[in-house]
Amino acid sequence: MRELYSQLKQLFPLGELTEQRQDLAFVTVPQEHLRSLLLHLRDREGFTHLVLLTAVDWLEDNIFQLTYLLTNREQQRTLGLRVMLPRDAATMQSIHDIWPTAATYQRELREMFGIAFPDSPRVDEEFILEGWIDIPPYRRDFDTLKYAEENYSQRPGRVTHDPAEHMKQKLYPGGT
Amino acid sequence: MKEELQKRVIKGPDGVEFEVEPLRDYYCEAPPTVMPGAYIQIVEDLFNWARAESIWILGFGTGCGAIEMRPLMTPRFDAYRYGVQWRPTPRQANLLMISGYLSTKTLKRAIRSYEQMQSPKYVVGLGSCTINGGMYWDSYNTIKRLDDYLPVDLYIAGCMPRPEALLAGFQDMKKLIRAGKGEGANRYAENFDWYKANQKRVIHDWDMPDYSW
Repeated sequence: MRELYSQLKQLFPLGELTEQRQDLAFVTVPQEHLRSLLLHLRDREGFTHLVLLTAVDWLEDNIFQLTYLLTNREQQRTLGLRVMLPRDAATMQSIHDIWPTAATYQRELREMFGIAFPDSPRVDEEFILEGWIDIPPYRRDFDTLKYAEENYSQRPGRVTHDPAEHMKQKLYPGGT
Repeated sequence: MKEELQKRVIKGPDGVEFEVEPLRDYYCEAPPTVMPGAYIQIVEDLFNWARAESIWILGFGTGCGAIEMRPLMTPRFDAYRYGVQWRPTPRQANLLMISGYLSTKTLKRAIRSYEQMQSPKYVVGLGSCTINGGMYWDSYNTIKRLDDYLPVDLYIAGCMPRPEALLAGFQDMKKLIRAGKGEGANRYAENFDWYKANQKRVIHDWDMPDYSW
């Protein structure tokens, strides 16, 4: 993987390489270089399979991280590309013409994180949610408990015990 | 409203154009009415005895609990020996089992299915998710109390309840029906506005008739 990284480094401005396993590594790419890097990896380096495209919400740093996970089937190794997007009005160029499956991931990210992918097929249609009215639910500033309490009637009588405290009370009533 | 539900002009295969208004043409919008019992109690008791022995379940698995119904359909637990069987369409079923968590998206389909079943019909909530939300108590897309949306006759607790618990639940359901307490469809008809208001509060894109059958 180091070898591949040093080769790529000569062509693209890449961030640090994070090697998680011998056959799994992650690298950060600037947004504008992602597309050419994906094409390079697919056509020249044999990373022909897009395993997944997912997002992480780094609320404190005010960024979204997109992870494109690619696999080289022949060499059985996986490379993850990280793209950092500003969280406000996050927009990313679509890669559905490189891997058609990406359109589905992008639809999901559009709905669950509110990341815009202009020109991706059917990206603005509802994917999983129906009639959603709040901010996208996978964003970390979405308070799922508050939403549930406001929207769904709860049955009274539900209590939550701290397991440690509860067992202490049960096993040693009155003890320390 | 969805495109396929809007009023539009359609050209038939024979070239004749005609107007279609799906909500009025395809559905009956009349609200449900309370079905009175038989003219004499002993006849009603006979009916209830017969109903109790024919529990036909709509094979609609809403959540993970649906997996517990499969062993009941097979020889190991064999619910068929109790007169309980599963049917593929709401028209042939009289028991709707909400098997586990119910997302608002599935709730919409469950309501449609329930309304298409023929009276007398019963609803059983399976697992703690239908009772108080269970492990999905803070989820943004599952309902927490099934009886706000459908007239539940019986809850079977557990996460998930074992097939044995379901068999015991079927026996309890039979007792309820035989005692004349399986009046869910009538309760639904009596409190129709209350149920509809609750349903519409959680289903934000309501694009179906208020009652469809």
